[in-house]
Amino acid sequence: MQTPTQEVERELRQSVVIRFAGDSGDGMQLTGTQFTTATALMGNDLATFPDFPAEIRAPAGTTYGVSGFQIHFADHDILTPGDEPEVLVAMNPAALKVNLPALVRGGLLIINTGAFTRQNLDKAGYTTNPLEDGSLAPYRVLAIDITALTLASVQDFNLGAKAAGRCKNLWTLGLMFWLFGRSRESTVEWLRRKFAKDPNLAEANVAALNAGHVYGETAELPQGVGIYQVAKAELAPGTYRNVNGNDALAWGLVAGAQLAGLPLFYGSYPITPASTLLHALAKLKSFDVVTFQAEDEIAAVAAAIGASFGGSLGVTGTSGPGVALKTEAIGLAIATELPLVICDVQRGGPSTGLPTKTEQSDLFQAVWGRNGDAPLVVLAAATPGDCFYMGIEAVRLATKYMTPVMLLSDGFIANSAEPWKLPRFSDFEPFPVHHHTGPVEGFHPSLRDPKTYGRVWVKPGTPGLMHRIGGIEKGQDSGNISYDPDNHHAMTKLRAEKVARVADDVPEATLDSGEPGGELVVVGWGSTYGAIRQAVAQVRAKGRNVAHLHLRNLWPLPRGLAALLRGFDQIMVPEMNNGQLDRLLRAELLVDARGFNKIAGQPFRIAELAAEIERRLGVAPSPHANVDVRA
Amino acid sequence: MTKNPPTLSKKDFSSDQEVRWCPGCGDYAILAAMQRTLPEVGAKPETTVFVSGIGCSSRFPYYMSTYGFHTIHGRAPAVATGLKISRPELDVWVITGDGDGLSIGGNHLLHVLRRNVNLQIILFNNQIYGLTKGQYSPTSAVGKVTPSSPVGSIDQPICPARVALGANARFVARGYDVSKQLPDLFKAAYEFRGSAFVEVLQNCPVFNDGVFDLITDRKQGPQHQLWLEDGRPMITADGKKGVRLDPKTLQVEVVTLGEGGVTEDDLLVHDETNATLAWLISDLPEVKALGVLYRDPSAPVYDDAVRAQSEMARQKGGGDIDALLRSGHVWDVT
Repeated sequence: MQTPTQEVERELRQSVVIRFAGDSGDGMQLTGTQFTTATALMGNDLATFPDFPAEIRAPAGTTYGVSGFQIHFADHDILTPGDEPEVLVAMNPAALKVNLPALVRGGLLIINTGAFTRQNLDKAGYTTNPLEDGSLAPYRVLAIDITALTLASVQDFNLGAKAAGRCKNLWTLGLMFWLFGRSRESTVEWLRRKFAKDPNLAEANVAALNAGHVYGETAELPQGVGIYQVAKAELAPGTYRNVNGNDALAWGLVAGAQLAGLPLFYGSYPITPASTLLHALAKLKSFDVVTFQAEDEIAAVAAAIGASFGGSLGVTGTSGPGVALKTEAIGLAIATELPLVICDVQRGGPSTGLPTKTEQSDLFQAVWGRNGDAPLVVLAAATPGDCFYMGIEAVRLATKYMTPVMLLSDGFIANSAEPWKLPRFSDFEPFPVHHHTGPVEGFHPSLRDPKTYGRVWVKPGTPGLMHRIGGIEKGQDSGNISYDPDNHHAMTKLRAEKVARVADDVPEATLDSGEPGGELVVVGWGSTYGAIRQAVAQVRAKGRNVAHLHLRNLWPLPRGLAALLRGFDQIMVPEMNNGQLDRLLRAELLVDARGFNKIAGQPFRIAELAAEIERRLGVAPSPHANVDVRA
Repeated sequence: MTKNPPTLSKKDFSSDQEVRWCPGCGDYAILAAMQRTLPEVGAKPETTVFVSGIGCSSRFPYYMSTYGFHTIHGRAPAVATGLKISRPELDVWVITGDGDGLSIGGNHLLHVLRRNVNLQIILFNNQIYGLTKGQYSPTSAVGKVTPSSPVGSIDQPICPARVALGANARFVARGYDVSKQLPDLFKAAYEFRGSAFVEVLQNCPVFNDGVFDLITDRKQGPQHQLWLEDGRPMITADGKKGVRLDPKTLQVEVVTLGEGGVTEDDLLVHDETNATLAWLISDLPEVKALGVLYRDPSAPVYDDAVRAQSEMARQKGGGDIDALLRSGHVWDVT
């Protein structure tokens, strides 16, 4: 690798937010991921946010086909992918059109002029060419014909026009590596591995990458195109890797199954944004994992229940629409008191809604969305890395209490990457499952642990303990079918009590930041963690006594929550939905929880949360028109 | 320990639960046939599991002293698939009906069969919805008058055996509730490796009484029963009729032996491994093909394949969580 030959001054920055944007076929997710790896290896802390359309290849050049990848990296601990990009890479007019409003004024704009043809301008809805009409004046523009330079860089490889053109994301990446002083090494390695069967293609891509880098080294950049340097972050000592939420969740489930001493059966039907969970687990067969791509969502959960009946850990994963389809079967697992983990990687809207956009609107469905007083345990992961721990916790609770556990993640956590300090597996306390084997005398399938109320779990194949379970109400003292009115009353109460007792087995409610008894507490759950934490920190830095409480146990709620919340003057509940946790807290705790709701398919920005906290404290009016405040 | 453990009997497979089907229901005979079959094939109650959906037939597991799972409507094949994949050493039976298996659970029946999961599926076909009090089912005849079709059903019925064949089932058989041969069919299904599908014509004395009389009645039955035997010409049980192929139309027809010079040599000879033949005779107008229509033991079994992939992965090593977390790019901060 060469060192930069052009004398440049790199402005030292604490953090930078870059957004890569292009056609969904331009390889922006790949570019972003590679930039992420190189950035992590540089020692920066980082957070990413891939944002892509539902269409795999939307018609080229259209605004609805624009795919984006935002990365925030810093010399300090960060928790969100950043509010507004300071650097925007726009591979075509549509990408510029969609993303320019987000770019901070004075931000660096890197544009592929080769894509700014009349046709593409029309498709993006530009009547005049923004490169010529002065509309980009507020930004620092680096306009380069990336298309032509890419084709020139790979001409010796005889790729054919289409394949050659596809290398332009690597060219761009090369330039970005130079601009931000990252090493190309990890990407070169990755290319040679990925295209091991086609070395010519691998080397063509490497050539494009190098050409982009050389362009930065040698081309005289226009005046004003400052480039940044971000020092290493001071992270806690340890071994790190980048991880996204679905990978971390897959590993957490596998780790949980090992701690329980059970084989893991994962039944799933592909659905965005949960499919990568299936992909991740399908690769882990050597961990005593069986994955089953079922014919539909119902079969996926039904097979998982069948596996649990057989003594394995049954797990199913899906998104909101899939949970709806699985609901009856989840009720069966509740009635038969079998362990089951249901991972709901939430997405936007009812029905198909916004499949590739994030939302946290399945809380009601998770907690209350079943027929016939059917309680289960609901957990929520806060960050990509947290998915690992919550995966383990879901397995622990499901097997200890013989109950379905729903684990809520969302599209943001699933796809976002963050550096994760790796735990040591030996630090986790095993929770081995002991399948019931006797005595035969006095056995019936409704025998239960007097403390947890967990039902006995007998593996078919166990001599002498043959029994039948099913969805029809069963006698509390026999396990046989019972239509007795008092028994049904008692069984309904028992099912509720069993789940309620989980609260004694999980941490009491505590503040994530701030002190009890302040002016305002922000109560969040799920992927809003990073934005809330930073927003609270900003407001606290101005001397206000605000706090942050993040719920990982949504049902049952942790002990001590009501008392803790009542100590604050105000309770603010930001959610990416139309108000669910605030109502749940009101219903369960009789506290004055007030929602702050963003239902845009996009995560909260720190600034909008901080502004809202301050507005509620009487400091400033909310400047954000797209945020609906429901009092 | 005795060298030869005492052989089990029918009562070893009967649970202590009172059987609650309507008096005269065909389900009793099917239950008895199953309880007779299992000791004969050497099955053990502790390694046998009955999985059912919802409907009259699906109460079946409660009456067996084996392991049992009464699941939800239509989903038994999926539950059973999960169980069988994770516990291949168990004998898994799916009990379903024409509504459970062909209506609400049609999709799962299709997929368990095409995957060829090693389990037995017994579909009780009474051509009616019994438990919900007598509505027409996907196998009910056109014109069937029921509470939900007061002037007659307008739905075209489907033939369960053809659904199974269409789904690439490798074992398809048909019997009827009070038939003496029913244990033999269960035995054949049990011994088959792969998904074994058995349709049992079953009388519902309350909502559809006598719907199969033409086939099951002692007097008129034999002239309508076509019991199939591998390698034998297709002749009805009364010995008077047979099935012949018209090579010009590729249609099969029922012919009377001795009429117009028809002899046994003109008749089709059953070949269990011939799926085309099974299709041709599965839905004849005048006679009902009974016995094993189709059997192809050569097809790969799903749970074997699952196990083979797991074994292959295990041989490559693995199972170390720390190594898993540290695979790919990692870096140390000191």
